[in-house]
Amino acid sequence: MKKTLALSLGALLLSSTAVLAQEEPVLNVYNWSDYIAEDTIPKFEAETGIKVNYDVFDSNELVEAKLLAGSSGYDVVVPSGFFLERQVAAGLFLPLDKSKLPNLANMDPDVMAATAAHDPENKFAIDYMWGTTAIGYNAGKVAERLGDQAVDTWDVVFKPELVAKLADCGVTLLDAPAEVMATALNYLGLDPNSESVDDLKKAEDLLMSIRPHVRYFNSSQYIDDLGNGEVCLSVGYSGDVFIAQAAAADANAGVEVGYAIPKEGALKWFDLFAIPADAPHPDNAHKFIDFMMRPDIAAANTNYVYYASGNKAALEFIDDEVKNDPAIYPTPEVSAKLFNLKAHTPDYDELLTETWQRIKAGS
Amino acid sequence: MTTVPADTSSRPWDFVQRGLAAVGISGRGLVIAAPALWMTLFFLVPLAVVFGISLSVKQFGQPPYSDLLTTESGTVQLTLHLSNYLKLIEGSIVDGGFWFNLAFNLIVAALALVIARGLSRSVEPLALFAIYAVAVVAGALFLVTLYTADLNVYLTAFLSSIRIAAISTVIAILIGYPMAYAIALAADRWRNILLMLVILPFWTSFLLRVYALSSFLRGEGVINNFLGVFGVPPLVMMQTDFAVYVGIVYSYLPFFILPLYTNLVKLDPALLEASADLGARPYRTFLSITLPLSMPGVVAGAMLVFIPAIGEFVIPSLLGGPGTQMIGRILWDEFFGKTNWPRAAALAITMLIIVVIPIMLMQRAQNAVVEGR
Repeated sequence: MKKTLALSLGALLLSSTAVLAQEEPVLNVYNWSDYIAEDTIPKFEAETGIKVNYDVFDSNELVEAKLLAGSSGYDVVVPSGFFLERQVAAGLFLPLDKSKLPNLANMDPDVMAATAAHDPENKFAIDYMWGTTAIGYNAGKVAERLGDQAVDTWDVVFKPELVAKLADCGVTLLDAPAEVMATALNYLGLDPNSESVDDLKKAEDLLMSIRPHVRYFNSSQYIDDLGNGEVCLSVGYSGDVFIAQAAAADANAGVEVGYAIPKEGALKWFDLFAIPADAPHPDNAHKFIDFMMRPDIAAANTNYVYYASGNKAALEFIDDEVKNDPAIYPTPEVSAKLFNLKAHTPDYDELLTETWQRIKAGS
Repeated sequence: MTTVPADTSSRPWDFVQRGLAAVGISGRGLVIAAPALWMTLFFLVPLAVVFGISLSVKQFGQPPYSDLLTTESGTVQLTLHLSNYLKLIEGSIVDGGFWFNLAFNLIVAALALVIARGLSRSVEPLALFAIYAVAVVAGALFLVTLYTADLNVYLTAFLSSIRIAAISTVIAILIGYPMAYAIALAADRWRNILLMLVILPFWTSFLLRVYALSSFLRGEGVINNFLGVFGVPPLVMMQTDFAVYVGIVYSYLPFFILPLYTNLVKLDPALLEASADLGARPYRTFLSITLPLSMPGVVAGAMLVFIPAIGEFVIPSLLGGPGTQMIGRILWDEFFGKTNWPRAAALAITMLIIVVIPIMLMQRAQNAVVEGR
């Protein structure tokens, strides 16, 4: 009797380890909104038989909050480098098993070197795409209100007398404290990576001076609103503005959306694939990341979302109009003016987010 | 098993009952235990957890807050941080003058009301009016002191949540009362159809209904397009407090209408006839019969609008502007923008206390009305 019990228990254990060794064919992906070609996930599912639960976010803070809460259930997340940096340091990710990532050879060595600043030796993360944070605008409405003033300077956002003229047609900022504050610091001629309290105060004063003219703070709503003419000037992510541009062109309702990297420079960022330390399906996650590094897949995604790919082998499959667009792949002169962000220390971040809350409330 | 129960027709659960009684548990105790257990598991325990977190501090790691109990070299240490509660008022200018104004006006208003009540039958209407005027002025000054004070983000959000919820409730009463009244008076065959129309929107997602409102309020939306026909320049309605009021009133109106309707439909028509026979005109009958008798319904409905509206998150974030700082949004920001669980927990506890007070007051008012004081 006892023997059979032990045997059946043993069998049970064996079968459960067998199940564990072969992961259930499920993968939970957490990616930025509007950040993948429509057919990428179906292709992956068809090739691997893995069912993908695809969930989206629109702020780095949100991803970090879920990672820190623990047991997020996600297998792949895509934070930006300047957030990933401290998440790596806090041990939130699984080291990548590079033997499972043969397509790593396709990656652009320059991009890998740049992201190594956030993730030493590229141990935990691989770049998906990169882009800039600058100004998306409704060409017609802005010209109507600003006249000769070209949208080639951050003045149109940060000079109260200029932005006031645009308030009636809708000015929006990203709800992203680290990025907007860095942009404000850069505009003030200060170090965008500064953690000085005085500098923060100056940036706060600058933002407070334009705050009455800001319609809303949101990191995804402006894509639709810019595209259908509901707002006319958004500090936004390059590719998102291009999505709005394409939507406006498709709608053919007289809305023309432009994207400008101002002469004072703009923030350049990298979004990276990483696997949370407590991911339930790490094997499938590796398969997914490797799939996303296939040149044809990487190119299809870039062609669809208009963000520059971190994949060098993909370049030949990327449409010429995307590849040759200086707003997506900036010229060397423009590139020289782009700046990168480092991760903030948690102490400074506390200060920054408190300040940001005050700015949003306008009090 | 030395004695066999004499009453063989006893029901099977008598055995259970006797067994329980032997260990001091009565049937009544069991009945009370079920909801008590439920409340403990799903209300008190989570509340205790939230309260515990509100006494910790934020840290960067998993979990994102510090432990209350730490063991260091054999000593167990309990560390309680009150900083999260202090942060809720930090940065606000709440000096002696502020508190004095607040307390003084509140006391004056309360006193005036008590006096007016006590004297209502023994003084001239004019004097009574003067006393009420004092109460109204003091009440207004109380609100002015509160809303003009230089407060930090949290207190401002608390106040504006209460303000938005209160104004929405008043609007819901003004719109909802005639609707409930009309439904209650409608012919039987119409009544069910009208009630159905009130309930019907619940069959679609709340989120969807709120989002759909934006197609009305947008710059190129239905309302502006309509006004444009008459040459009115487009109004900015999205991302304003106005849109939030529209959203809250629209979403919560059924919660006001339904309890009021069930109250009004039970109103005895004989009372109305009696009133008419005694020569009262309809408006007089309404004011002295229908309205007082329907107060329990009004209070119940108003509570169902006011309480959820205070903590509303979806409506202000979809329709409101950045200046519409309601407490639900602040909570979201604390959790997902700042990953500050302890602060969010402190806010939630404070909000609970703030919401419980009006609930208790309204409950008492309602009981008083029901008991026909």
